[in-house]
Amino acid sequence: MSTGSFQPKNRAVRWFEERLPILSLLHGTLVAYPAPRNLNYWWNFGSLAGIALVLQILTGVVLAMHYIPATGLAFDSVERIMRDVNYGWLLRYLHANGASMFFLVVYVHIFRGLYYGSYKAPREVLWMLGLVILLLMMATAFMGYVLPWGQMSFWAATVITNLFSAIPVFGDEIVRWLWGGFSVDQPTLQRFFSLHYLLPFLIVGVVILHIWALHIPGSNNPLGIDVKGPQDQVPFHPYYTAKDAFGLGIFLIVLGVLVFYMPDALGHPDNYIPANPMVTPPHIVPEWYFLPFYAILRAFTFDIGPIPAKLLGVIAMFGSILLLFFLPWLDRSPVRSATFRPVYKKTFWLLVAASIGLGWVGANPPDRVLVDFGPDVDAIADQVAAAYAANHDGAAPAGDVESLAGLREIAVAAGMSERDFETLVAEEHVTFDMVHLGQLLTLYYFFHFLILLPFIIPRVERPRPLPESIAAAVLKTKAAPAAAAAQ
Amino acid sequence: MGAAVALWPFIDQMNPAADTLALSSTEADLSPVAPGQQIVVKWRGKPVFIVNRTKHMIEEARAVPVDSLRDPQSDEERVKPGHENWLIMVGVCTHLGCVPIGPHEGSYDGWFCPCHGSHYDTAGRIRKGPAPKNLAVPDYEFTAPDRVRIG
Ligand code: HEM
Ligand code: FES
Repeated sequence: MSTGSFQPKNRAVRWFEERLPILSLLHGTLVAYPAPRNLNYWWNFGSLAGIALVLQILTGVVLAMHYIPATGLAFDSVERIMRDVNYGWLLRYLHANGASMFFLVVYVHIFRGLYYGSYKAPREVLWMLGLVILLLMMATAFMGYVLPWGQMSFWAATVITNLFSAIPVFGDEIVRWLWGGFSVDQPTLQRFFSLHYLLPFLIVGVVILHIWALHIPGSNNPLGIDVKGPQDQVPFHPYYTAKDAFGLGIFLIVLGVLVFYMPDALGHPDNYIPANPMVTPPHIVPEWYFLPFYAILRAFTFDIGPIPAKLLGVIAMFGSILLLFFLPWLDRSPVRSATFRPVYKKTFWLLVAASIGLGWVGANPPDRVLVDFGPDVDAIADQVAAAYAANHDGAAPAGDVESLAGLREIAVAAGMSERDFETLVAEEHVTFDMVHLGQLLTLYYFFHFLILLPFIIPRVERPRPLPESIAAAVLKTKAAPAAAAAQ
Repeated sequence: MGAAVALWPFIDQMNPAADTLALSSTEADLSPVAPGQQIVVKWRGKPVFIVNRTKHMIEEARAVPVDSLRDPQSDEERVKPGHENWLIMVGVCTHLGCVPIGPHEGSYDGWFCPCHGSHYDTAGRIRKGPAPKNLAVPDYEFTAPDRVRIG
């Protein structure tokens, strides 16, 4: 990469540069970096993620000057930040909503990579470093959410740490080790604070590696084809600094609307109730950015062989991210961009829909009914038969057990009142509820990555022809409307 | 080897400290608990349910065939002889640790966990939902007819 174009005129700068060439490094990264000339707005989200990270660290460090990581004081110290500390409300709302914006931006950034095949050779390590950042961010945000020590903080900490109790043999030991006690308590809060302060700086380290790995092959682009020469590129500055600055403007407007007009819209009101280890709120949900994973966790309500449902849910939830590490080898198509992959393009949008759908499922109570198919005759028949057998020395009922009318007669013969029978009919319905939808969407998520990508798409897809070069494609689309206008 | 030994203090420091381990028993007075009611006491940071079961609740629990249960345990195994009405258990759902509501909740007249819908019966045994185990019975002893020490 051309970092050589940095020629400081100032003598002092030159003196410094000869001793530590950091300025030319920054110049090479942010100014001279030759980027494909056809990057669209989806390429804004990487720099936005970087800015969001800086914003979290700046607001976080100042919040930590006022926050107290002690169970009896944490909640009050956050309320003091909100009421008494100068601009404390602003800093905290920026930090809380900034975390949401950070995830939003990173999720778009990841789906951008999925659409344009940015995980493929030669960018596999770049992709995997990105996933490491995602995992660190999730750990950081989870621990940050525990710090205000409200009801949601406490129960999120309890439920998430308990996920590890699903691990066979050592599960309970591990959970006690995470807690530093017999429940989520002072030691847990204090270590979470320590790690919540530390992890963002680890993220900074991995981001530096991520950008380093980016600059080896250079950016991918919407056509997904390699850069062939300087005619395909423009320098990062001023072209993409300007484009990114525009995106930053939009980002700041959205963040501003959240912070100033609806600062608690994405939060849960129960987190303004101090933590109470004796009472769980009736409806606990994670922050929105964890909802799809929560839905996957809850989709497993059945055991498979010796593996209990609880462990399956935990494996699937972590698996949904870990499997992305193998994506470069699951998808062997040499064509990167979905623009030229008619089948992959459709399955990609289904994946987006499934992910958003899972988020919706995660936000809803699991037993919320979506479709009601009417009374479940088999289940009612079982109960009526049991009641009949109890009253008739174990005899099986004679009569029509296939219809509700027949069952009603048997129920009355079994000594059940009409009213009890009606209650039974009202309760036992065949339904399609949130858990079922979650199961369907979870199935699609794994099917997409484990079956469609490696086995089915390569057999059925014929990619469209790729353009010769970025320059050729760009100049053709620019020329086409002009030619049409000239006619 | 040496590296692993050097690492151990850094790992083990996260385990419960000596003073945390020392906070290990709680006493409760049973006299104000009417039949059919429960009190909740705090033991090691967790809620412990102390339930004064009615005859009906005990009968319900004993009518269930033990081998039909997910975590097979008879009602007798979960209480102390001579104190069958007193059901004492850790009020922490064995799924992911929420506090179930009850008694007289859920499909089995016992406890219901609102987090992901686990139902426990009048002996605190798991009957329906994602939880794998019965509500845990802690070590406890009656220090007087109406006093109990947990832990
Ligand atoms: C990856 C970057 C970060 C993310 C995603 C993040 C996320 C969060 C979240 C979601 C909360 C809970 C907000 C609430 O509901 O009140 C929080 C709280 C907090 N964070 Fe961070 N954080 C980050 C970096 C930092 C850093 C570098 C510090 C520096 C010490 C910090 C200090 C704090 C403090 C003191 C709180 C408690 C005060 C409060 O609740 O607002 N954070 N963080
Ligand atoms: S924690 Fe009780 S059902 Fe999940």
